[in-house]
Amino acid sequence: MKKRNAVLLSTPYLIWMVLFTLIPLGVVVYYALTDPGTGEFSFINIRQMGMYLPVLWSSILYSLVSAVVCLVIGYPVAYYIAHCSQTAQKFLYMLVMLPMCMSFLLRTLAWVGLLNDQGIINNFLVAFFNWLRSLGGIFSGIPQDFGRLTLIRTPGAVVLGMVYNYLPYMILPLYSTIVKIDHRLIEAAEDLGCNGVQTFRRVILPLSVPGILSGMTMVFVPAVSTFYISQKMGSSSTVLIGDVIERQFKQGNNPNLGAALSIVLMLLVFVCTGIMNRFGGDDEGSVMV
Amino acid sequence: MSKELIRLRDLVMEFDGERILDGINLYINDHEFLTLLGPSGCGKTTTLRIIGGFLTPTSGTVTFDGATINDVPPYKRQINTVFQRYALFPHLDVYDNIAFGLRVAKVPKNEIDQRVREMLEIVSLKGYENRHIDSLSGGQQQRVAIARALVNRPKVLLLDEPLGALDLRLRKDMQNELKRIQQALGITFIYVTHDQEEALSMSDTIVVMDKGRIQQIGKPEDIYNEPKNAFVADFIGESNILDGVMLSDYRVRFFDRTFECVDKGFAENEPVDVVIRPEDVDVVPPKQGHLVGKVTAITFKGLNYDIIVEFKGFKWLIQSTDYQAVGSTIGIRLNPEDIHIMHKSEYSGMFGDYSSYSAEYDELTEDAEDEEA
Amino acid sequence: MKRTNRFITILIFIFLYIPMAVLVVASFNTGKNITHFDGFTLQQYAKLFRDDKLLELLRNSLIVSVLASLIATAFGTVAAVGINGLNPKLRKVAMNLTNIPMTNPDIVTGVSLSLLFVFVGSRMLGQRNSLTFWTLLIAHVTFNLPYVILNVMPKLKQMDESLTNAALDLGCTHIQAFFKVTIHEIMPGIISGAIMAFTMSLDDFVISYFVTGLDFVTLPVEIYSYTKKPIQPKIYAMFTLLFLLIFVLMVISNVIQLMGDRKRQEARNK
Repeated sequence: MKKRNAVLLSTPYLIWMVLFTLIPLGVVVYYALTDPGTGEFSFINIRQMGMYLPVLWSSILYSLVSAVVCLVIGYPVAYYIAHCSQTAQKFLYMLVMLPMCMSFLLRTLAWVGLLNDQGIINNFLVAFFNWLRSLGGIFSGIPQDFGRLTLIRTPGAVVLGMVYNYLPYMILPLYSTIVKIDHRLIEAAEDLGCNGVQTFRRVILPLSVPGILSGMTMVFVPAVSTFYISQKMGSSSTVLIGDVIERQFKQGNNPNLGAALSIVLMLLVFVCTGIMNRFGGDDEGSVMV
Repeated sequence: MSKELIRLRDLVMEFDGERILDGINLYINDHEFLTLLGPSGCGKTTTLRIIGGFLTPTSGTVTFDGATINDVPPYKRQINTVFQRYALFPHLDVYDNIAFGLRVAKVPKNEIDQRVREMLEIVSLKGYENRHIDSLSGGQQQRVAIARALVNRPKVLLLDEPLGALDLRLRKDMQNELKRIQQALGITFIYVTHDQEEALSMSDTIVVMDKGRIQQIGKPEDIYNEPKNAFVADFIGESNILDGVMLSDYRVRFFDRTFECVDKGFAENEPVDVVIRPEDVDVVPPKQGHLVGKVTAITFKGLNYDIIVEFKGFKWLIQSTDYQAVGSTIGIRLNPEDIHIMHKSEYSGMFGDYSSYSAEYDELTEDAEDEEA
Repeated sequence: MKRTNRFITILIFIFLYIPMAVLVVASFNTGKNITHFDGFTLQQYAKLFRDDKLLELLRNSLIVSVLASLIATAFGTVAAVGINGLNPKLRKVAMNLTNIPMTNPDIVTGVSLSLLFVFVGSRMLGQRNSLTFWTLLIAHVTFNLPYVILNVMPKLKQMDESLTNAALDLGCTHIQAFFKVTIHEIMPGIISGAIMAFTMSLDDFVISYFVTGLDFVTLPVEIYSYTKKPIQPKIYAMFTLLFLLIFVLMVISNVIQLMGDRKRQEARNK
């Protein structure tokens, strides 16, 4: 393709992206550096951010934990799917992707319904212990309404919400990477004396690293910036940075502070993707697709 | 009688700082079967793509029927191409593939039908109209590609190593087919290949290329019998190439012997490259030979034996139908018409010594270096 | 190890689909409480179709999603073809730009776009109400484009370059060659990109939440405001229907792909 044609075709797109991706970020910086009251240049927002530092750390912590949990439970799934027949692979891939396309608000609400004090799980537990009590004998000592656990409004619920919503983002890139591992490499390792565990440790795991990094990033980034999950599944002690930003924009009417916090969030994400790009992943960004 | 159709003048092609074509001058006639022959990277495919319009030369001109066509895009040239891996459109069947160019040119429907069916007959694929490309064998796909190009009645057909992916028997059949079609239609064929046998059997004219330059142009017999330099001599057929001195017309000296030959026109006592084809060497009892040497290796090739004979540190390749035992001493006899003289060139010394044939290769290179020193 | 993997996989799939099952069951519930199943009924579905407000929201969502995905598909395919022909340095720049909306958290994209629109709208154009249908559409097209490009690019790279040359050789101009040959080769990528863009748009909440004005609201944004109070069960009915729709769409797309692969395999074995 002639160079001139290529430039002609891609320029409108590049202009669009600069206009609606880069310039908005510039506007955010502008707002971040503007005093909400006077409209003048000021660092007041930066200073105010200091008070939200603990929230930022807690957001990072929650997201890291969620990412690790996703990795641990997602890797076996990705590995399994990658070793199924072709038709099964496509079908399972679709099944993993499907929840991602459904309203995450409603699915999170469903978890509220499941984990609530009067929710499905608790109802089931109470019913179970009631049945146990009705058996008599040593079980008659069980108090009424026993078995109710406080599941919701806990940090654990928030992590659960994150893991639930973002698990597919871990499984799919992992799957993409694992499925591309040339099985002749595994045969070579076995030929050279490796048993299953050694082959995994020395060959498969290192080769899955791009997928692992990609998956961790794809979970960490939305997790650290979410606001809905923490609102519904958490309590006042589990406020995350996303909540704070949303509040500033919608109720606090302080887009400037919100902008400043957004920049911090963005820098955080930038650092993470930088780390990921350095150590693995496709430079075309297509590991997940 | 034959008019000049294409002329390439001083073509230079540079890419990424590398000079791929270094001044190509060539003319191609109407009705001609011309082959660009050379090793990988010699520039033959680049030249073909320039003629086809897929590349613009860095400098130089391409003239077609008198007009300069450097900047004319491929879809405006009366040239069609048969691509190396056929490039048949997978979403169309055989009929639609062949009809493709005609439809773009908005040829009327019944004329398209008539010409497509005519073409299918010519390439012996009658009845395959509605077959899918994936269901065809390599040879059949090849013929569809040829039909798709020829149906547009181009003035010139470019073929980029079209037979490379076929097995030996099929390749030979297709070579005959292509030659037959070319002669029947009378179109100019420009053919690219690295296979010298293919070139020798099909072409009217061969253009031997290396390193972006034309090494020799000529008829197959001329190129075979009278290569111009060591590269051509080695690339076409097998050759033993020795250092010699041209004493005077028809007399040359090598290996401390004077031989009669049939070449003239060299300067007195000019150092030259002497070419002797392995099949031209007669094996005789040592007493009757011009030269005497020791057999170091013999390989059975079916048609003949490849025999490596060492003489004064130089290894000859001889092709003979008679078996010679390894280690035996034999005599070599040369006839004047079997000795071919070439001017020295940048290629002298690079080819023609069959040391690498023997098992003592490493040892030998050491010896040879010692000898030269 | 394979058996443990299979066991874990089954567990995970149950984990993934339990909430969906809860919602689907709730859609057939006579009672409002999601946690307690009172009785089986289809009346929520009936109520759904009679609820004009909900249907209007659904219509809005569909309009934005369909328009945005169509625009993004056409625009993105052309852009992918262009980017594919650029020299490596420019191509890297283009792909980095493309990755930005994908790697940026939704909230940052939403915030930045809304600030841009408000800034341009009120400061520069003096409008009071800057966030409209058009700003929403622009936002959706912007985050859809990368998905299209990332689906089409691999197909472009896989494509045999000599096919385009063959089309040119046979008399096509570059544009004709694109429509007669290239597009057929990259069509699976175009379709999967379009479907991905559509589903991302349809379900988008965060970005739309920040960019949406008062005059044109999409379904997910409105559901958010609904979730502040007890949910009406007809929402569950809608969820179930959407779930079925998307499931069917995905199955169809999978089957088409499989059929195409099988046809090619059979032809090759002939």
